[in-house]
Amino acid sequence: MSKKELKENLWGFGFIAPQLIGFLVFSLFPTVAAIILSFFEWDLVSKPKWVGTSNFKYIFFSGESDFPLALKNTVLYILYTIPAQLFLALVFAVILNNVGLKMLYRAIFFLPTITNSVAISLVWTWLLNGDFGIINTLLKSLGIEGPQWLTDPNLVMLSISLMSIWWGVGYYTTIFLAGLQSIPNVYYEAATIDGANAVQKFFRITLPMVSPTTFFVLIMSLINGFQVFDQIYIMTNGGPAKASMSLVFLIYQYGFKDFKMGWAAAVSMVMFAIILTITLVQFKFSNRWVYYER
Amino acid sequence: MTINRKKMATKLFLHLILILVSISMIFPFLWMISTSLKSLDQVFLIPPIWIPKPLQWKNYLNAWNALPFGNAYLNSLKIALICVIGQLITCSMAAYALAKINFRGKNMIFIAFLATMMIPSQVTMIPTFILYKYIGWIDTHLPLTVPWVLFSAFGVFLIRQFILTLPKELDEAAIIDGANHFVIYTKIILPLIVPVLATLAIFTFMSSWNNFLGPLIYLNSPEKYTVPLLLAQFKGIYITDWTLLMAASTIAIVPVLIVYLLGQRYIIESIALTGIKS
Repeated sequence: MSKKELKENLWGFGFIAPQLIGFLVFSLFPTVAAIILSFFEWDLVSKPKWVGTSNFKYIFFSGESDFPLALKNTVLYILYTIPAQLFLALVFAVILNNVGLKMLYRAIFFLPTITNSVAISLVWTWLLNGDFGIINTLLKSLGIEGPQWLTDPNLVMLSISLMSIWWGVGYYTTIFLAGLQSIPNVYYEAATIDGANAVQKFFRITLPMVSPTTFFVLIMSLINGFQVFDQIYIMTNGGPAKASMSLVFLIYQYGFKDFKMGWAAAVSMVMFAIILTITLVQFKFSNRWVYYER
Repeated sequence: MTINRKKMATKLFLHLILILVSISMIFPFLWMISTSLKSLDQVFLIPPIWIPKPLQWKNYLNAWNALPFGNAYLNSLKIALICVIGQLITCSMAAYALAKINFRGKNMIFIAFLATMMIPSQVTMIPTFILYKYIGWIDTHLPLTVPWVLFSAFGVFLIRQFILTLPKELDEAAIIDGANHFVIYTKIILPLIVPVLATLAIFTFMSSWNNFLGPLIYLNSPEKYTVPLLLAQFKGIYITDWTLLMAASTIAIVPVLIVYLLGQRYIIESIALTGIKS
């Protein structure tokens, strides 16, 4: 290595050192440790005990573990939240892109996103209260008997999803709007000359041109969806009868309430595997529907 | 004429939709403030009242005095500022190295950083908790600051992408003049990347300020609590007093609301920016 190369290497590693150390200590090491830990039984007090794959067997097949339920609840949450959120965000963004007062509306839509999850969850617990909540009071004035939003096991995931849609739609609207605004106007002008109507323009120009944004939003919202925790912790604490227990709630329960570090690590590994698989599959199929301008 | 009228009708209809959505976005906040100013017996009145008489300002005093909110504010602020400043420094340095310096293993490091963005934080949560327990960091603010300062793949990636869009001639000229990397980084690159640094600052501030799971796991002593954690504890104590709960929620939200109203254009644009860049 020449003296100059050596110098460049020293500079490079010097500049990246803080983040590289952080990466090793707070990301690589704990990820590897989580993999190893998922094959151990450990309560933080006694000695860790190697148990092979039995943590995974326990969470999947024992029938005692809440894992299948937590997985089902999390998938339900994702199915309720993401399609609605994406659809609404795209519609709002298209409307915003075509009317005045864009800034004002956008600022209002974005308002929920900045507020912290605990305060927002408290407010929604109050709004959704089955007996005294304003939503049911309003429904009653229309002659509708409102349901027990947060205490009906069949409804609780849907209620939490409704709140999450409200919470996050402004964020995704903003990202879609930015995507829409980067579409060059000449495409629409050319289409107008060719006699295309608004619907044709939407499906032939807007939708393909905004597909990279859609792809980004889809991946991000899926990763976020799997990590739902704060709302559940505050609004229902996993209840009623574990009907709103999510994967992260279960990790929290196993790790920091029951001190079953092996079970918690195993659940986190399964969650990681699911997210990784979905993300990779999405990337694999993205060239079928995501259009990048060249 | 009819085309114009049709256009007008469409516009009106679209505005109507937007106004309805806007109302549904603001409604929970208004209801929160309204409830926070009621007396307990006004809370359950049907039909509901929006402007209670008299306004119970003492709910705010009671909520504020019931728990050490002032202290929690200072904690949250301290933690967020350390995270922001630390991340701006370390991320911009790493980004500079990845964009401008040719050193061994650079590509591998970059790919490894990117790959970590797909690892949910809950995977590392269990082992890092154990690590912190052994080095005595539990019930301190260190787990809420040090890892944030030392590692953000997102931050490094964001700034690196931005540096790559800067014209090469700027630093090449400096190299010919014999400037070293420290000089180029501080004198040429840093002043040029202020917009992306601001974006990262806003992001980091918001995620640190709103972080709930971290403080929930790591903090035990009430005097170390952050705002979200204190609020969660508040819920446990005043489980049915909605006036106090809503007053406390308002107290927790108001500072962020003020920051948002002052800088909303900037905040929203920086978030939109990250959506496009990625």
